[in-house]
Amino acid sequence: MNLLALILVPLGGALAAALDPLRARRQVWLVLGAGAHLILLSLAWSGHLSGSRLLWLSFDPLGGLVLTLVSVVFFAVAIYSVGYFRREAPRGARVFEVCLLGFLASASVVCLTDDFGVMWVAMEATTLATAPLIYDPHDRRSIEAVWKYLLLCSVGIALALLGTFMLAMAQGVSVAAPSLSRSALLHAPVLHAVWFKAAFVFLFVGYGTKVGLVPMHTWLPDAHGEAPSPISALLSGALLNCAFLAILRVVQVAHACGQDRLLAPVLVGFGLASMLVAAALLLRQRNYKRMLAYSSVEHMGILAVGCGLGQAATFGALLHMLGSSLCKASLFFVAGNVLIEYRSKRIDDVSGLVRRLPVSGTLLVLGFLALSGAPPFAPFLSELAILRGAVQTGQPWVAAAFVVLQIIAFIALATRIVAMAQGGPETVKRRNEPAWLLLPPAGLLVLVLALGVYLAAPLQQVLAAAAATLGGSAP
Amino acid sequence: MSALLSLAVLLVFAPLLPGVAAKTVASLTGRRGAPILQLYRDLGRLVRKGLVYSTVTTWLFRAAPAVWMLSAVAAACLVPLDGRSGLVRFPGDLFLFAGFLALGRYFLTLSALDTGSSFEGMGASRDLMIGSFAEPVLFMAFLTLSLATGGLSLSELFGPAIGEAWMHVGASVAMVGLSLALLLLAEAARGPIDDPATHLELTMIHEVMILDHSGPDLALLLYGSAFRFALFAALLVDLAWPRTGLSDFAAAAGLAVGLVVVAVCVGLVESSMARLRMVRIPQYLFSAGVLAALGALLMIR
Amino acid sequence: MAHLTDTLLLLVLLTNFADLAASRLTFNIRAAAAQGILLGLLPLAIHQPWSGHSLGIAIGTVAVKGVLLPSFLMWAMREATVRREVEPSLGPLSSITAGVFAVGLAQALSTYLPQISANVPQLLVATSFATLMIGFIVLTTRRKAMSQVVGYLLLENGVYVFGLALSARVPLLVEMGVLLDLVVGVFIMGLVVFHMNRELESLDSARLTELRD
Repeated sequence: MNLLALILVPLGGALAAALDPLRARRQVWLVLGAGAHLILLSLAWSGHLSGSRLLWLSFDPLGGLVLTLVSVVFFAVAIYSVGYFRREAPRGARVFEVCLLGFLASASVVCLTDDFGVMWVAMEATTLATAPLIYDPHDRRSIEAVWKYLLLCSVGIALALLGTFMLAMAQGVSVAAPSLSRSALLHAPVLHAVWFKAAFVFLFVGYGTKVGLVPMHTWLPDAHGEAPSPISALLSGALLNCAFLAILRVVQVAHACGQDRLLAPVLVGFGLASMLVAAALLLRQRNYKRMLAYSSVEHMGILAVGCGLGQAATFGALLHMLGSSLCKASLFFVAGNVLIEYRSKRIDDVSGLVRRLPVSGTLLVLGFLALSGAPPFAPFLSELAILRGAVQTGQPWVAAAFVVLQIIAFIALATRIVAMAQGGPETVKRRNEPAWLLLPPAGLLVLVLALGVYLAAPLQQVLAAAAATLGGSAP
Repeated sequence: MSALLSLAVLLVFAPLLPGVAAKTVASLTGRRGAPILQLYRDLGRLVRKGLVYSTVTTWLFRAAPAVWMLSAVAAACLVPLDGRSGLVRFPGDLFLFAGFLALGRYFLTLSALDTGSSFEGMGASRDLMIGSFAEPVLFMAFLTLSLATGGLSLSELFGPAIGEAWMHVGASVAMVGLSLALLLLAEAARGPIDDPATHLELTMIHEVMILDHSGPDLALLLYGSAFRFALFAALLVDLAWPRTGLSDFAAAAGLAVGLVVVAVCVGLVESSMARLRMVRIPQYLFSAGVLAALGALLMIR
Repeated sequence: MAHLTDTLLLLVLLTNFADLAASRLTFNIRAAAAQGILLGLLPLAIHQPWSGHSLGIAIGTVAVKGVLLPSFLMWAMREATVRREVEPSLGPLSSITAGVFAVGLAQALSTYLPQISANVPQLLVATSFATLMIGFIVLTTRRKAMSQVVGYLLLENGVYVFGLALSARVPLLVEMGVLLDLVVGVFIMGLVVFHMNRELESLDSARLTELRD
């Protein structure tokens, strides 16, 4: 069995969904595809899947980590969308399932491939696969959102392509056949400094646009805010991480040839800027989905800071990627439940959630606490590791800025979430909440709790191995 | 010697060019058109006629035709028409070249204003607008060529150094050629800038300025316009075909052939494009300037 | 074949300026099409012994960038019954000036980056950066959504020109993938423009201002 199965299975599911006129059956294909992908992934972890020469697929700790995260989030999205679209039918008919499974296939390519060129093609494919999904509500606001998304992300990706070409150039005149293969680049004797710096700039700005780093983030609140809730969860929980993986691959190459001293300030700088802008704009939010979207920007900033600091912070950043993505997806699911019930995206229109939708309300509050780094959830451990890394590398001011910005974001989120959860009239009828809509967010939060309470040894090893390739170390 | 010969070729062949261009346009639009030598006949006819001067005009009106023609011939003396050297050369003579052309334009505009007629005034203002955009383009082209050939005299810019320049910075020289070609259409009042075949005064630029002239004055003006056409065409020929290794007669003959080729090309352009709107003329000239500037930019090392 | 490469690159630069100066949308799209055809001929001029690989790439590029995408954009434009003016926020004269600055900057950048191999003319890197920047200028200063797509096409063309500098080629799979991505991308953009016209009855993206903080 080959790693190609991880790509062919979702593609097969997409084909089946494309040919199927019945919505109920298409949903079956979707869930089956997601489930099969998870099973295949566990086979890959146990080493039963061999690499593939087509598309240069190989399984390494970092790629495997991100792919597992994507797959878990995708499975949750698949299950949630079954319930969600029982209440709100997707206007795009087959496009929905086909594009979702297409996204899963391209994301698998991004995580598994060894070649920067193929990774680029797959990144652009993920952008194109998610665009019709964002447009699903088919109204004026989603047109604006999808237009900004398409244009900004495509421009960013075009710049990333330029960076990819420059990466090949950086191998110098001595190499007869410059290659884009990551393993070749990792073992290259020396990379031409000027070309590598240029390559890094373009790759960082290009892929950073997709990650949502400030100042290239302007598409993010619109896209994540206007898309249907399962898609928002997918975008925040899976797509942003794929894009971040692309940046991490470049960091891997830089670390291998000793150029990481130039990357660290860039990563930390953009990360802190993202946290700052996100925190500032969070204070003005009146739409709870956009609020969650800005929170995604903030957490991507945290990831950038963590990877830029190095040592223990890298480990923390990878763990944070897991924790915050699962929390964010869970929060978006709950937001979807709120939208179905209250029919409005404004925070002012939502109140008394804990009374009206008890389970969703509790999940909202718990999810917010988890995301903000309350123990015993995982983000607490990861943020602690990042702070430790900052002190370890002798940059305590970064830790101070980090803490201050986190507090500001916490206050902004807390006031809004508490306003949504509490209040409302005393006598409120408790509404029925179907299991389809509750299991995914609850399941993801349980995972986050489990990660925080007990970080299993194999997972710890994988995280440490991935961090090592990026120039970090276990805490 | 060869310079004199080439100047003589220019003097003799100048009235041929408008005829060639008109004939090209005619044959491309399915007509027979006027004979190629028509302008010679017109000039001969006009010289034999008498002069009529309006009572409101002054010495400017009487002097303008002579200045128009003489300034063009004086400018031609500075250009290396044989591809080697101009009759007169010194560093910085390109400014004098532009100055001569400007002098002619200045006097023509003044004579148009002198008549007190609104048609001529309209033509004068349009011509000055074109001139104010065309001069910077000319200087931009000279600048690029100066960077390419490393000289400050027209004889160096358009002379033997052009062959070397094509080898090393051919792209830039091509850009300058394109720019000068666009300028030719503007300065010679042809093509999409100023349709020579129009009979509606409101659409004219150059011809409307000479409406009141008659007899030998008009002959001088027509000859001067044709000479300016030939002058800029000669610049293009110099740029495209550095005739360094040829004998004197061959160089002069080459100039004649080149002039006719340029006239045919102008006819081709005229027949394929409608006249540009007035608003677009500054943009047109700006683009010509940008082309020359691009040529200069591409030489940055 | 250095002269041929230089000529082609120069023509690419000129099509960029044609795009900047254009005031009609059809002219914009035609200029982009012309640029696509030139780009298809470039690899044939640069990598001299023609192999099946380079011929395939050339034909594919001409077909996609020179014919397929422009025809699709023209079709989308007609179907959406767009008003033909470009409506830029930067007039033609200012756009051309910005373009000249872009070329100057590109030339300066290309002299800063060390030259990689002998048969790659320096003009190539300068043209690539200039096309990239001019595409960016068109993208940001045009209000019509269709012109923004043309700007994106120019941007991609600039990146493609840079890719030609890699003397040993990028593998066929990646090249085809890049082309495919471009096709699907523009396709989806065209469809969005379509829907935009239906929803908003205009293609003026300055009207897309509802989502803001």
